[in-house]
Amino acid sequence: MGFLDIKNATKSYGAVKVLHETDISIEEGEFLVLVGPSGCGKSTLLNMIAGLEEITTGDIAIKGQSMAGVRPADRNIAMVFQSYALYPNMNVGQNIVFGLEMHGVPKPERDTAMNKVADLLQIKHLLDRKPGQLSGGQRQRVAMGRALVRDPDVFLFDEPLSNLDAKLRVDMRTEIKKLHQKLKTTIVYVTHDQIEALTLSTRIAVMFGGHVQQLGTPKEVYDNPANMFVAGFMGSPSMNLFPAKIAVENGKAVAKAKLADGQDATLPFPDARGFERHDGREIILGLRPEAITDRDGADRNSQSVHVIDAHVDITEPAGSDTFVSTQLGGKEVTGRFRADVDVHPGQTFPFAINMEKAVAFDPKTEERVS
Amino acid sequence: MSSNATATVVRTGAGSRFVIYTLLALFCLYYLLPLYVMVVNSLKPLSEIQAGGMMALPDVWTLAPWKSAWSTAQIGVEATGLRPFFWNSIVMVVPAVAISTVLGALNGYVLTKWRFRGDTIIFGLLLFGCFIPFQMVLIPMARMLGLVGLAGTVPGLVFVHLVYGIGFSTLYFRNYYQQFPTELVRAAMIDGAGFFTIFRRIMLPSSGPIAVVCVIWQFTNIWNDFLFGASFSDFDSQPMTVALNNLVQSSTGVKEYNVHFAGAIMAALPTLLVYIVAGRYFVRGLMAGSVKG
Repeated sequence: MGFLDIKNATKSYGAVKVLHETDISIEEGEFLVLVGPSGCGKSTLLNMIAGLEEITTGDIAIKGQSMAGVRPADRNIAMVFQSYALYPNMNVGQNIVFGLEMHGVPKPERDTAMNKVADLLQIKHLLDRKPGQLSGGQRQRVAMGRALVRDPDVFLFDEPLSNLDAKLRVDMRTEIKKLHQKLKTTIVYVTHDQIEALTLSTRIAVMFGGHVQQLGTPKEVYDNPANMFVAGFMGSPSMNLFPAKIAVENGKAVAKAKLADGQDATLPFPDARGFERHDGREIILGLRPEAITDRDGADRNSQSVHVIDAHVDITEPAGSDTFVSTQLGGKEVTGRFRADVDVHPGQTFPFAINMEKAVAFDPKTEERVS
Repeated sequence: MSSNATATVVRTGAGSRFVIYTLLALFCLYYLLPLYVMVVNSLKPLSEIQAGGMMALPDVWTLAPWKSAWSTAQIGVEATGLRPFFWNSIVMVVPAVAISTVLGALNGYVLTKWRFRGDTIIFGLLLFGCFIPFQMVLIPMARMLGLVGLAGTVPGLVFVHLVYGIGFSTLYFRNYYQQFPTELVRAAMIDGAGFFTIFRRIMLPSSGPIAVVCVIWQFTNIWNDFLFGASFSDFDSQPMTVALNNLVQSSTGVKEYNVHFAGAIMAALPTLLVYIVAGRYFVRGLMAGSVKG
């Protein structure tokens, strides 16, 4: 049993099931990120943990104790909302200690706790201001202060960074990560931003259509996506997915995908990889952009780098890298080249493909086959 | 776009601007003329009005009509002036406005933040109550008041206005709270605040603008009401409006127009005051900063 256990929990509104049977268990101190596109059920699940939404069937337990029928206030949780939800009529200090006041903590203790948190978040100079007088980043800090001061068992974050501008978002992301490393509190964090999910979490639950598609560490989810949805959703630019035909020869599997000129590119896997039963069948091959690169940029530790000559459609210099697109299996495929590679649209250029990193999906079920 | 708020949409030249302002000034004058007539005539002796100069300023300025209307004029059978009825009105209006505003706020809070099955139907019925003509409920209401023993009393009138007022005050607060971020309520719930604490500590402090609108509306309606006042009050619980009618309709002796004018102004003064005082607090932007944007 973990610190936070979600056991077979579902949520329905009338006949509409917005969250299907979900099982997630995390240990104390973990940073669980629920990630997925809008309407995938991630915020619903968070609200169920918070007690703001009732659980239709199943159970959620914190520290081994079932939360069924327990009021949000009695769950020893704290939540940071997307809109910050600071009380407009109270100043920052009052906002921070409101929860303590409601829980009957005497004033001297409240003040001590408030000062401690204000120091930690460097908002001491803001304590007397009203939320309306603060910038977005400052409000964000105050909202976090209000959660921290409660010293809860579980922190719940509901897309806390989505209202900030791009630069501030990156700064605050680092700050949340630092805070988690320092305080080691259990966190459940909802976001639709896969970068946030990858950078912050110790575990990710990728959600779509009310189902948890995959639950795993960031590395597992990134390197070994369970299905095509996870493969396409996590990573930016997203994983290249294109049809290829499998052939097994001499105990080794080979994928064949059509190039732009109609020729077949032959991409051998390092081994058979359990492709025997797919011999002669079409699969969807998944390759991350960094697994498709220029000859010198290829991973030297890989046993299975294969070079093909392909037509360059577009080059997109992004400063640190240059993204180069070509056609494979009738789909646009993007590779991440080193920035100073001399490559131009219209050229035929060698693409080094790291087949160690390749994954394959069933075209019909979209599930992982190897 | 607040910086553009004062700019006009249509470009206006000096000529058209002159026409607009002249027209506006004329309308304003036309609108204020009755007030002028009332004030001027309430400050002159009766003989000057009888001599015909309705529009003229008084030759002799006098406060006698005001004093008479307030404390000595004949109302019905007794020469009490309007004073006791003024207090009747105050004693009726203040609790009716206060209670209907608070109940409206509570209703609005429940209908938006503590929604339950059938809440829209209840809100619909409350709204429907706003549009039932007063005349329709006169007889059932009279029967009700008689049954609970409030017939002919000030509390009875308070009750009637309260029931009628809740529909409107609920409508105001419900629409206002609809815009109020629900995340604030959720945050307060997690912080451990209960139903009434959230209402008192989070909702009410942000309700200034709508409370002012509601109070102005209720005060004006209840103070100016004549039908319920005439129907459900006894002589000693009559509100100001009914007493003013009795003052003007008194058939004994000569018609003291100057006294009538003074009385009418007295009857209108409280609503005017409410507008002047409360209108100042009718400001927007109290919600600024609670959420983004």
